[in-house]
Formats: sequence, C-alpha cells, structure tokens
Amino acid sequence: MSVELLDATALLLVAMMRAAVPLALAALGELVTEKSGVLNLGVEGMMLTGAVAAFAATVSTGSMTFGLLAAVLAGMAMALLFGFLTLYLLTNQVATGLALTIFGIGLSAFVGQGFVGQTVEPMAAVSLGALSGIPFIGKLVFGQDPMVYLTLALTGGIWWFFARARAGLVVRAVGESPHAAHAIGYPVRLIRLGAVLFGGACCGLAGAYLSLVYTPMWVEGMTAGRGWIALALVVFATWRPWRAMLGAWLFGGITIIQLHVQGMGVDLPSQVLSMLPYLATIVVLVLISRDSTRIRLNAPASIGKVFHPEG
Amino acid sequence: MAHKPSFMPRLEPRGHASPAMVYVTPLLALAVTLLAGGLLFQVLGFNAPEALYTFFVSPLTTAYGLGELVVKATPLALCAIGLALGFRGNVWNIGAEGQLTFGAIFGGGVALACYDMEGWWILPLMVVAGMVGGMLWGAIPALLKTRFHASEILVSLMLTYVATLILSLLVHGPWRDPEGFNFPESRMFSDSALLPVLLAETRLHFGALFALAAVVGGWFIIARTFVGFQIKVMGLTPAAGGYAGFSQRKVVWLSFLVSGALAGLAGVSEVAGPIGQLQPTVSPGYGFTAIIVAFLGRLHPVGILLASLLMALSYLGGEAVQIGMGLPLAVTGVFQGMLLFFLLASDVLIRYRVRFGRPQQEAKA
Repeated sequence: MSVELLDATALLLVAMMRAAVPLALAALGELVTEKSGVLNLGVEGMMLTGAVAAFAATVSTGSMTFGLLAAVLAGMAMALLFGFLTLYLLTNQVATGLALTIFGIGLSAFVGQGFVGQTVEPMAAVSLGALSGIPFIGKLVFGQDPMVYLTLALTGGIWWFFARARAGLVVRAVGESPHAAHAIGYPVRLIRLGAVLFGGACCGLAGAYLSLVYTPMWVEGMTAGRGWIALALVVFATWRPWRAMLGAWLFGGITIIQLHVQGMGVDLPSQVLSMLPYLATIVVLVLISRDSTRIRLNAPASIGKVFHPEG
Repeated sequence: MAHKPSFMPRLEPRGHASPAMVYVTPLLALAVTLLAGGLLFQVLGFNAPEALYTFFVSPLTTAYGLGELVVKATPLALCAIGLALGFRGNVWNIGAEGQLTFGAIFGGGVALACYDMEGWWILPLMVVAGMVGGMLWGAIPALLKTRFHASEILVSLMLTYVATLILSLLVHGPWRDPEGFNFPESRMFSDSALLPVLLAETRLHFGALFALAAVVGGWFIIARTFVGFQIKVMGLTPAAGGYAGFSQRKVVWLSFLVSGALAGLAGVSEVAGPIGQLQPTVSPGYGFTAIIVAFLGRLHPVGILLASLLMALSYLGGEAVQIGMGLPLAVTGVFQGMLLFFLLASDVLIRYRVRFGRPQQEAKA
C-alpha cells in the first residue's frame, strides 16, 4: 500500500474512533447502572444536559476542564433525580427514565437558548513528537484527543471492576438478587444509587464530547438519538464492557461511512444515509435478541424491578 | 439502651392501593409543578404570578385560544389512548411520533394523488390511509418483538427517526410543490382533502370528534371487552395471564396495531386539519408528550381527555410566554417534564403511607 492510502485509512479509522466516543461513554455508564439492576432510559436526556452544561461552562469560564467538570456534575444531578425517584420513591423505572429524557430535552433547549451560534476552540489532539509522526500508527495510536484514551481506559477499568474486584462482585450481586444482597447486609439502595450516579457522570461526559470536541457548538437536540443507540449497544454487548466498545466502533464506522459516501460521489439522498445508524440499531437488536436464552443468561436478573427493603 | 427518636420519613406499604390517591396525586403533581414553575420564573427574574398567569390563563381568554386548546389536545388524546392500552399491558410503544408521521405520509399521499379531483370520498379515504400507515409503522416493532424478542422500546423509537427522514425525503423530492419556489413543502391540499372547521373564527376542526370517538372506543375496550381484561392481567401479573392461557403475543400485536392506527389518525388529522399540506415536520413532539398524557390520565380514556387538554395548554402557554415575555419556547418541555416527575413521585402515595419515627415493632423492643 502506498503511503497516501495508508494515511487516508488512518484518518478514516481516527474519525471512526472519535465518532465512537460519545456512544461508548454513554453505553459504558448505562452498562454499570444496569449491572446493579436499574434500567435508566434517560440516557438521551442526561447526555443533552451534559452537552449544554459543558458548552455553557466552557464559554463562560474559557476553560475546557471546567466544561468537562460541569458536564459530569450535570449528568450526575439528572441521575440523582432519577435515582431518588426510582430507588426511594419506588417509581416505575421505564416511565421515570422516559420522563428524564423528556425533561432533559426541554431543560437543555431552555438553558442552551443563549448559546446557540457560539463556538469554542475544540480539544487538541495529544502530540508525542516523533511518535505521533510515525506513518499510520502515529496518528492512530499516538495522535488522538485525550477523551479517546480516557474511553479506552474506562472500558478496561470497568472490565477489571466487574471481573476482578470484590466491589464489582457486590454490585453484580445487587443486580442479580437484591433481596439476597440485602439479607447479607449490603446497602442495596445506596449501591444502586452509586451505579446510577456513575452512569449519569458518563452520560454527561458523552454529551460534553459532542458539544466540545466532536462538533464544538451547541445545537438543540444535538445528540440525535445517540443516547438510545447507546442503550441498544448495552444489549448488543450482552453487558460486557469490551463488546460495548466494539459496538461503539461499529456504529462510529457507520456514521463515518454515512459522511464519506457522499463525498465519494455516490448519488443517494442525504436522508437515506442519515437513516443508516437507526436502521443498523434495529438490525443489530434483532440479531442479538433472537437468541433469547443468551439475553436471559447475561442480563442482570433484577433489571427494571422495584426493590423495597421492607418487602 | 434507649432508642433515639427518629424523624426520618419512612414508606410503609398499604394493604391495598388507595383509590382516593389515584385521583389526588395528579392534582398534587399539578400544584407542585405550578409552585416549581413559579419559582423558576422568579429565578429567571420575572414576576412569578404574572408569568404563571401568562402561561396558564391568558391563552384561554379568547374563543380562538379555546379553539387552539382543542386543536392541540386532539392529537395528544388520540396518541395517548392507544399508548395507554399498551402501557396497561406492559407494552412500551414510545414511537407514537413516528406512527403519527407515517399516518401523515399515507393520508397526505392520498390527498396529493387526488389533487385534481373532487368528491366526498377523498377525506374518508385519507383517514383510512392514515390509520393504515400508522398501523403498518406500528406493526414493525410488534413483529420484531414477537418474533425476535427485540426491545419494542428501542425499535419503536429508532423508527421515529426513520419516519421523520422519510417524510423529509418526500417533501424535498418527489412530493415537493412544483410552484413552491423550491421550499421543502408539498402543495396545499385541495378543499376536498381538508377536514371541515367546526367553529367559525377558530381552527377547531373535525378531528376533535375523532378524539372523542377514541375516548369512547378506548373506554369500551378497556372496561367492557375480554381483550381489555387480558391486557390488564398481562400487565399486572404476566404469570397469572400465562396460566389463564392469555397470549403475550396477542397483547403486543393488539397494543401496537391500535396505538399505531390512532397515532396515524392523529397524523392525518394534523395535515388535513390545521397544517393543510405536508411539511418536513408535522408535529412538535405530540407523540412523545402523549406518553405524559397517558400517565397523567391514569391510563384511563376519560382521564386522558382531561390530561390532553392540560398538556395542550402547556404548548399554548409556552407560545404565550415566548411572545409576551421573550422566554424560549422550550419552557413547554420543562413544564411537561416537571409535571411527569412530580406525578411519578407523588404516585408513591397510592401504594405506601408516609410514616415518621421508627417502625412500631422496633419501638416496643
């Protein structure tokens, strides 16, 4: 292969990995939440709140660090609302999650009104001098933005947590059998609240990546269904972190294909290409769900069920 | 060792669900929403009573405003009654927005095909086409759920995005008005393809009667048919339904076909009513707001009718504070979300009592 082709391929792969970051972050957060037995359908709402908080904080303070921090806090605040309702007021998780999404869409549009049309300086890629200059792997391995590495580290960390750490085992126990965990003496609701808050923080970060890095601006409803695709990715991954990352790359790839096909002169209406991620989600869901035994074996047994310690 | 008295509130399960609380909690939620909304306005630097008046009362002071209330309540009630049927049976169709869009596409397609024609039969044909369109779009998640166990929540939602893109494709391309200066809109429908206005000087149209019919029909299915009973049993205790020989598949199919048809009816009523043509967007999220309407109305058709009027008011109120006070239209979504949150939170009172202090047994020990 010629050097140009190699470079072009590397650029495509870099673009794919960038497109995958928000999906992966949101899916990883939701994965941890679901492992504890809680289904939070508010991913889209938390992402949007994170996106607008990150953008507003960055524009106001001029610091991207503050922006990321604001996104994490905003996502966690939304998750806290959800956790309080579902865990302490024992509301239906599906209905409450939908409410969180509807509220997040409205709230973010409301807050973001004053920030439409502004831009921020996008996050710079890391540069390791000579290493980043190596053909092909230079850009791919040593020249991405910091969030790409953070996402990979998070994937590994979550895998380690559930596979190797004692605390991870406790979270899994709470998700599989909350009553047994309660009987042994674990604070089921607190552990679940922790998992829900972690999910909120990740979704906030996912939103921040969209409004600060991927397309550095605020647009109403800019997540465009990514929160829902992330929810589908968790099922696709059968609740395993590395498979969630893999799924995010797959969907990142679809997004990139959609952008590049038109550039290559293929005569398809833009709307047909825009449909691809949504159609692909449906196809993936069907393929993975048709084996219902596998889903049953992998899904946390108590997912979506209300838990009340007094019975 | 003496126990210190504890004033932490606890939830104590009631023996039976409280029937009174079923009616009290929506009002409680509304009251808290008004308080929180007033607080929000105050924080933003507006006079709270004045802002609340602009939001909740001023839209209703004119005959035109009252007409608009019904115009906006119509699609909400139509969608919500279908959704409530499914929610009762634990079938989560959250893609009513997409089914509504497909109803608009099918119904609007008939209107455009009959552009040069006249006749009484055009409108009924559009209505049927709209219902079929919504039903077809609802059949996809039902099929994938019953055959492949794919989550109906995610599939119906993804299809909403697809439906919106198909509509956009049509009005940007083959269905674009040839004399429309390249705007992405279809022709205006001919008079034979428009729903008659019921009240002069308003936009109140025939679709409101569809909504009333759906209320009656929905009540009949839920309260008076065996199918309605099966849905309820499958929702409350799927195991009991299974022993009784009720079929989960049937409940899924029925929920999606009925709610799809009603959402489709809402869609065709919008394009043949207040809009009068096909545009890239035919709904400001009625299909999603209908989820709130269904819960607020306690999944009961009469409750849904009242809730749809209240939610319609939240759209009008959003417009009123936008025009009158320069607030963003998104305030509507904030109010809708808050109301649903407060409702879900106060619903805990239906099955639990709030008690202060330690549990009885422990206090005696």
